[in-house]
Amino acid sequence: MKRQIHTNGKHPRLLPGFGLTLGVTLTILSIIIILPVGTILGYAVQIPPTVFWQTIAKPVVWHAFATSLMTSFVAAAINLVFGTLLAWILVRYTFPGRRFIDSLIELPFALPTAVAGITLSKLYSESGLLGSTLVQWGISLVYTKIGIIIALVFVGIPFVVRSVEPVLAKLDGSYEEAGAVLGANNFTIFRRIILPEILPAGLAGFALAFARGLGEYGSVIYISGNSAKAQTQVVSYVIMQKLNYIDYEGATAMALLLLVLAFLILLSVNLLQLRQAKRLGGR
Amino acid sequence: MKQSKLVEYSLITLGFLFVILMLVFPLVTVVVSSLAQGWDFYIKAITTPYVLSALGLTLVAALVAVLVSGLFGLCAAYSIGKFDFKGKQFLMTLIDVPFSISPVIAGLAFIMVFGRIGWGYGILDSLNQWLGTNWRVVFALPGVFLATIFVTLPFVFREVIGVMHTRGREEEEAAVLMGASGMTVFWKITFPQIKWGFLYGVLLCAARALGEFGAVAALSKARGSTFTLPLEIDALYMSGSATGVTAAFAASSVLVILSILLLVLRAYVEHRVGHAGD
Repeated sequence: MKRQIHTNGKHPRLLPGFGLTLGVTLTILSIIIILPVGTILGYAVQIPPTVFWQTIAKPVVWHAFATSLMTSFVAAAINLVFGTLLAWILVRYTFPGRRFIDSLIELPFALPTAVAGITLSKLYSESGLLGSTLVQWGISLVYTKIGIIIALVFVGIPFVVRSVEPVLAKLDGSYEEAGAVLGANNFTIFRRIILPEILPAGLAGFALAFARGLGEYGSVIYISGNSAKAQTQVVSYVIMQKLNYIDYEGATAMALLLLVLAFLILLSVNLLQLRQAKRLGGR
Repeated sequence: MKQSKLVEYSLITLGFLFVILMLVFPLVTVVVSSLAQGWDFYIKAITTPYVLSALGLTLVAALVAVLVSGLFGLCAAYSIGKFDFKGKQFLMTLIDVPFSISPVIAGLAFIMVFGRIGWGYGILDSLNQWLGTNWRVVFALPGVFLATIFVTLPFVFREVIGVMHTRGREEEEAAVLMGASGMTVFWKITFPQIKWGFLYGVLLCAARALGEFGAVAALSKARGSTFTLPLEIDALYMSGSATGVTAAFAASSVLVILSILLLVLRAYVEHRVGHAGD
């Protein structure tokens, strides 16, 4: 058996199989991700800027972006609050039904998006479990932006819970005790001691939920009603429509903008987290 | 923190309200709606040729996705976790791309490569002429598989790399220095360490594959042949009739049962991962 030991790196490569595994990795990655996504980007940069702006400036298109940005931001914010609350009660309290809540949190990840979509639409429709009650009060949430937000809250809740939970669980209780001994009330302790610790994780969950919501398709398109007039069309829906009309130029232009937005969201939260980490580390 | 029972109880109540409203009600709705027209209708609705063919394709697509993403996850985690090389961070970012991309864009991407305007179309055409076949990717089964693989690609990698980072590579290096072969090292040391993480990733991957909708919807237009179960559910629901909607929920219940089965398996594996991690 031949074994070459490469010593040109920081760490000598003792283990075999580097070339093989990296080769398989790069091959699959190229076919599945790099080539297809690269093709979209390559095609998108060839679109003349004037045509690009004409596509984006169409009311249907920018309304879709406005709707998607607004609804997924609001949904992610709601998830940040309730996700942190759920993580908090799951980590800090013991109560009957804790296991039940814990296992249900994963449901939106497990449930197919199309199933979630038709289910939420049915639930809030006039014949549904919640909709039939709401309609008596004169409230109808299906085919509105609030309906979209509900769907996105459903899809996004596990992101925040699952990113805050481990941080809360590892939190050292002695600082809180010190705060209490020094006379801080519960709210002050939460704001000054706990919040700074869990905020980066919360923001990471927020960003994941936000980015996911921005591109969400299956869970949204049934409850939203997809009306151009009521501006309840989301970006993914309009891209899909353009695909069906073989308007590849328009679809690609929208896809590029969506990719840039998702990238900016993840980037800005990474930067925020970095700043937060520095602030905490520099104390 | 000083325990305040009032705060505790109100927070728990709020949590329960949220979970019941947002998560329990939808589950109940699936069950109630799928049985809205009786048990006989339910059985008939989930055994139509369309639903059966869609279920079959969904399972095959999930299997293909698990095989490819599983192999990819193992190879990528091994090369990234056990070796130092330039561009590692960039590679990991690329692998995570499917997490932050709308599935519809994934569908669009494969159309741009293999559709009539794509550069892959000509290559595919000459390959077909040479082989005397008539393979298609877009609006055909390969497109469905590619889309499913795309959305599931990072899952196994993510779980396995996590375990590898905590376990390091000293044990393997010691074994190699003592003369063990690569295969022996992998099967005796590496794989036992990562097997529960690997299984967990496979289950996540399978769950995602069963439910993928947007990416496949862009690449599949033939009901009864290239429709997966989520697409069939969409077609039934969009038919608009009351029976169609009930049939859509009946078909959904099949997916829900599969998803919950996977959730239970995951809870078991998660328990094992927790114990293997120390």
